[in-house]
Formats: sequence, structure tokens, C-alpha cells
Amino acid sequence: MKQFWKSMLKSPSGVIGLVILLLAISVAVFGPMLFPNSPWRMVQRPFLPPFTLSTVPLGTDALGRDVFAGMIFGARVSLLVGLVSTLVALIVGVPIGAMAGYFGGKVDDALMRFTEFFQTIPSFALAIVLVAILQPSIYSIVASIAIVSWPPVARLVRGEVLSLRTREYVQAAVVTGQSNSWIILREILPNALSPVIVLASLMVATAILLESSLSFLGLGDPNLISWGYMVGAGRTVIRQAWWITVFPGVAILISVLGLNLIGEGLNDALNPRLSREGR
Amino acid sequence: MSKRVLLGLLLACGLTAPALAQAPKTGGAINAVIQPEPPGLMLAQIQNGPTQMVSGNIFEGLLRYSPKLEPQPELAESWSVSEDAKTYTFKLKKGVTWHDGKPFTAADVLFSIEMLKQTHARARNNLAQVEKVEAPDDYTVVFTLKQPFGPFLGIFEVGSMPMVPKHLYEGTDWKTNPYNNAPVGTGPFMFKEWQKGSFIRLVKNPNYHEKGKPYLDEIYWQVIPDAAARAVAYETGKVDVLPGGSVENFDVPRLSKLKDTCVTGAGWEFFSPLAWLWLNNRQGPLADKRVRQAIMYAIDRDFAKDVIWNGLGKVATGPSASTIKFYTDDVKKYPYDPAKAKALLKEAGYKGEKIRLLPLAYGETWQRWGEAVKQNLQDVGMTIETIATDVAGGNQKIAEWDYDIAFTYLYQYGDPALGVGRNYVSSAIAKGQMFNNVEGYSNPEIDKLFADGAVATPDSKRKEIYEKAQKILVEDVPVAWMLELQFPTIMRCKVKNLITTGIGVNDGFKDAWLDK
Repeated sequence: MKQFWKSMLKSPSGVIGLVILLLAISVAVFGPMLFPNSPWRMVQRPFLPPFTLSTVPLGTDALGRDVFAGMIFGARVSLLVGLVSTLVALIVGVPIGAMAGYFGGKVDDALMRFTEFFQTIPSFALAIVLVAILQPSIYSIVASIAIVSWPPVARLVRGEVLSLRTREYVQAAVVTGQSNSWIILREILPNALSPVIVLASLMVATAILLESSLSFLGLGDPNLISWGYMVGAGRTVIRQAWWITVFPGVAILISVLGLNLIGEGLNDALNPRLSREGR
Repeated sequence: MSKRVLLGLLLACGLTAPALAQAPKTGGAINAVIQPEPPGLMLAQIQNGPTQMVSGNIFEGLLRYSPKLEPQPELAESWSVSEDAKTYTFKLKKGVTWHDGKPFTAADVLFSIEMLKQTHARARNNLAQVEKVEAPDDYTVVFTLKQPFGPFLGIFEVGSMPMVPKHLYEGTDWKTNPYNNAPVGTGPFMFKEWQKGSFIRLVKNPNYHEKGKPYLDEIYWQVIPDAAARAVAYETGKVDVLPGGSVENFDVPRLSKLKDTCVTGAGWEFFSPLAWLWLNNRQGPLADKRVRQAIMYAIDRDFAKDVIWNGLGKVATGPSASTIKFYTDDVKKYPYDPAKAKALLKEAGYKGEKIRLLPLAYGETWQRWGEAVKQNLQDVGMTIETIATDVAGGNQKIAEWDYDIAFTYLYQYGDPALGVGRNYVSSAIAKGQMFNNVEGYSNPEIDKLFADGAVATPDSKRKEIYEKAQKILVEDVPVAWMLELQFPTIMRCKVKNLITTGIGVNDGFKDAWLDK
């Protein structure tokens, strides 16, 4: 573990990514405490440019709502959707991939055809359809993002398990009569985890983008403010008021970039083939 | 500010338009925006705003109305009223044919009336005073009323009473008739094709009964779902006409200033659109009058007018728009007063029960308005959940009474007997249909006043009755009235005579021509 942090902190991209993520998480967690006012509240005259009033540093939107408050509350929704939907996708994808890889044969065939069924549909189109059918709400958005993002997890885990399955220590476990679930959970998965962690960090970024895209199209939860919603609501007035779209857009950009950097850092840190010592 | 700019532009356009002196030129196509895409074009069955706008070209009524709401001939060339004001005789125009070539006769009129009574809530209400309709010959229709009905000559416009072809609909299931998707009317333009999500194309009716008209060859109604894209489409020349409400209000001043652009607020005299919130009077906290009054106090309607509608329109005082007959502002006033709203909610024992709000899916302006109203209501302590929906889904929820608060705007048709009563009398409660008394308000006194008002003579008597009705309604708040809307039409100045009647763009483009 200590080794891991050491190499993680050695990679500059990992450090930058971690800083950005920590910043975003602390904004999401503590920001609303500092700004108890609802981001929907109309506080000033509409279309107030940024940096004119200290009470609304980033200006106001078409209804006179504080863009800064919107960004802070939006961080909460965007990050929450990103993390929860990734978690759900992992909960679905990891067992399917592990079973397919471990048992092989017909189980593998059945599970992989099932996975391919989802992979053949363009994920964003499927997400739109699902949200539209289920009615836009935070639950339907998380569910649909999870549904479109678990197949790559399943395939990755399957590949890892397939190769680990033939290792000697796994065969030894089989010979000593350990149960299948024990072998999968205790022997194989811990060793298959590192690429999954890297993938998960990138999935969070993708999920944030997906949520933003859905909100941008007006398929966000109408009761929650998110960055994508702000961009979507502001884009019609972009010629009069650039700041309504630009600030939340930058927030999306930075947090997605941060997560990607973390993914890269993790990859470096967890990859056994990259030498860690003596460089 | 923007309003003044707009007024200036309206004046400027009016003064610099010697259109009347020019002879119309024929040919050319007009690209107009239709927003949102209509659910269908069968005007006798669907009365959404966009449906009327497109289908007003395909179908026709017996009459049309001048900007002062005086009746003018359309399918009826003349009409007369008996001494006792109970018999109306219409002489139909001869030589009118449907788009498929069959002649239009009095039999079609009788059939249309039968159909509309079942499919068109407002027509049913309008025709409630009709005892019988007869056709002594192929070109005469006689309406006999049970009693005199003041606004009777105001019910024959195309959206209120479109004529449908008997030979294509008789004996079929009207709702599934294939001609609903390719409507056949008598109008100046014929339905050609509809690429869903893209455009609706109408072509000139070469056999139109007014010789020489229409002047245009084609109309393309462009479906552009995004408001900013609609504005850009106008700027880049893809569309020539932006009917009222098709671009965001904050874009109106900017677009109005473009070169060769004319703006007019005319063409809405007949409709006088009034926006309000349906409040479901049947269930939950909104069944309590005090909660409904609290909603009126809680909502900042001046803010909505100045910010969301860019200063266009007027704060509504009650069920009647100020532009229609027998309007009075001598009613209870509901200024923006959150403290009073809170007090009323407390008095009513409201404990934060969840209330569902259904915005109107007509674009950004309405979305923003929904958000502002939600915030207003939350500020006085109400728990509001916004339900996201599309136009069709929202219509269905309202028609099935599955809502608590829902945005709408409806037309008033010049007379309270036509456009107001239908939303408040208990006889207009019919589940499954839109635009009637979907709030479920029921008050025998109001029922009686509207029943009396429609048939009373002379007008001074009607005035007295309707003023009383307005007072009672404003006290009871069956729905929360918001704004009298104003929809400026933006078009290129080369488009002439687009709006010639009080029905405006919804009356068809038969007089319109392009100055090339």
C-alpha cells in the first residue's frame, strides 16, 4: 500500500488529478454548507455579468440565479451521479465478467452474448431512450448510465480472470478442494483488480460527461441543478451571456480531466511491468 | 426597454409598408417555423396551438374575423339572422371542392358539426345552445337556437369549427381514420408530406375557390426543436417567418433589429392568449381555497412578465383577458405578497405535502417560468416536485387529472361565453379531454351565471352577469391566472399580407405573397 502511494505521488499527472478530485469532492461536500441558499433562488437581476458584484461573483443566469451557487450545488449532483453509477456498473459488471472467465464454456458464451447485446447499442442513444422511458429523475439517470457502462467492465474482468485461471496458485486452490466462490473472491479477483480500478476512474469521468449530456438535452432531473443542466439552459442565451455556459462547462472539463489524470496515475502505479525502483 | 424598441419597430413597419398599393405577385415558397412539432394535423380532433397554425391552411371554417372581430365570409358567402335572434341562415359558397375534388356541400357542414360535438370540447360548448341544424338545400345551412346566444356569430372560425369531409370520415372510426395523417380540407394549401422531426410541407391548392389565390406555391413548416437554432435559422435565411412564440423572448429585440425584418403584434386579437396554472381542485392541499389564494400571492407575476417574457404582455387580473368583451378589473387583487401567502398556508393547515408541478414543454421560456414559479412556491414553504414531460405526455396527464399544478395558456376567442366559461363551468368537466374544466372546479352559482350570460340580452345585461362571475372566480381561484401573453410575429419584410385577420398566422397564408 505504501508502495502504491509512493509511486502514485511520483507521477505528476496522478498528483494533479488527485488534487482536482479532492477539491471537487470538498466543494461538493462542504460547498452547500457555505452557500445555504438554494441555487434556484432568484437573487439578483438577470444576466448580471460576472465579477461585477461580490455577492454573485460569477454573475447570474436568465432568471437572476447565482451561477456560482449553481456550480457548487451542481458539483454534488455531477460527482454523485458519476460515483454511484460507476459503483452500480461495477456491481453488475464484475460478477458477470468473473463468472464468464472462471467457468468458461456455455456460461461464458451465454454471458458474453448477453454483454455484447448491450455493447452493440450506441451507449448514449440507449441512455437517452432509457431516461426518456423511465421519466427523467436522478434514479433513472444513474440506472441508465450504469446500464450502458457495465459491459466494458465485464469484458475486462473476464479477460483478467481467463488468464489468472490457469495460474498455478489457482490450480493449487482447486486441487485443495476450495469452493468456486472462494477461489474467485479470494484468489482471482484481488489480483485482477488493478486494471478494474483504472477503468473505474475513467468510468466516473465518462459518467459525469453522460449526465451532463443528458441534462444538456433537457433529460436531467428537473428538481436538481447540475453542470450539464446549466450549460443546457444557458446555451440559448450564449450570445448575450457567455458566462452562464462557460463556467459550468469549465467545471465539467476540469473534473473530467482530473479523473482522467488519476486514471493515468493509477495505471502507472498499479502496473507491475513498469519498474518502480531504481529509476 | 425592449418593449419600447419593439413598439417603435411595429410603428416603423406600419408606416413604411405601402403593401396595400402593390399588386400581389405569385409564386415562391415560405419557410416558417412551427414550434413545437404538432402531435397531429386533424384540426377537428386536435386543437394544440401548432396544429391550428399548420392546419389553418388546410381546413377552413364558415367565417373568418377581422382584427376588430367582425365576421367575414369564407366558406359561407352570406348569412342572416332572424328577428328573434334564434335562427341563423348561412348561404354556402358554390364551386368549393375538397382537395380530392369532391364538392363541398351543406351535408359536410352537418357532418362536421356532428363530429365536432364529440371530438372538440370547445365546439361542443359553443354549440350547446343549438337546437337543430338543417340543410334545406345543398348550399344552405340553418341553425336554430334554443334561445338567443350573444356570441353565436363568433364560433365559425377554422380552429373553432373546421369543416371536415363527410365522404372520407362517415362510417369510419374517426380516431384511426387514415386521413388524420394526410388531412383533406378545402383550404388554400394541401397537405403534401410530413417528415417527422424535420418539416411539414404544404402545396398550393390549384382549385382553390378564391380565384387567383393562394399566391404562394408552397409552405414549409420547419421543425427546429431548439430555440437558439430557430433564431439562427432566421438569421441565416433558412426560415422567413417566426410565428409568435417560436423564439425565446430575449431574442425578439435582437432579431427585430436585423435588416429587412418586420415585426407585428397583430393577429392575436381573436385569441387573446391567457396563461395560467391549472390547480387540481379535487385532491390534496389545493382543494382548499386558501391554499390556492396563497399560490396567487406567492407568485411574482411582474417578475415573470419583466424577466421571463422580456416585458411583453400584461399581468392577468382574472379569468378574462383585458382584450375581450365584458372584462373588468374591479376584482380582488393578488399582488406579490409572500408573507400573506405563508399566513394563508398556515391557516389552511398546509404541512409541506408534496405538490407536483407540470411545466409546459413548449421550450426554454416555459421551462424557466416553471423553475421561477417553483422557486416562488418553495419560498413560501410549499414542497414542489417538478415533473419532466413532453407535450403529449403533459397533455395526457392533465386530461387524466393526474397533476397538482400545471402550466397552460389558452385562447379566449373574444367573448367570455366562448373562451372563458368552458374552463370553469361544471358541465365542462370531462375526463380524458384537454382545455375544458380540467381543474374540477364546481360552483352552481358560476354555472348559472355563465349559462345566463350566454343568452342574456342586451349586452348591458351580459356585462353585469360576467362582471359578477369574474368577481366570484377571482375570489375562489379555481386556477392561478398568470399573464396575458403577447406573441410578436417576426418575418422578412418581403413577406406581404401574412396577417390580414384577427386570427393571424392561424388563419392560413391565402393572402400572403412574396415580393421578390
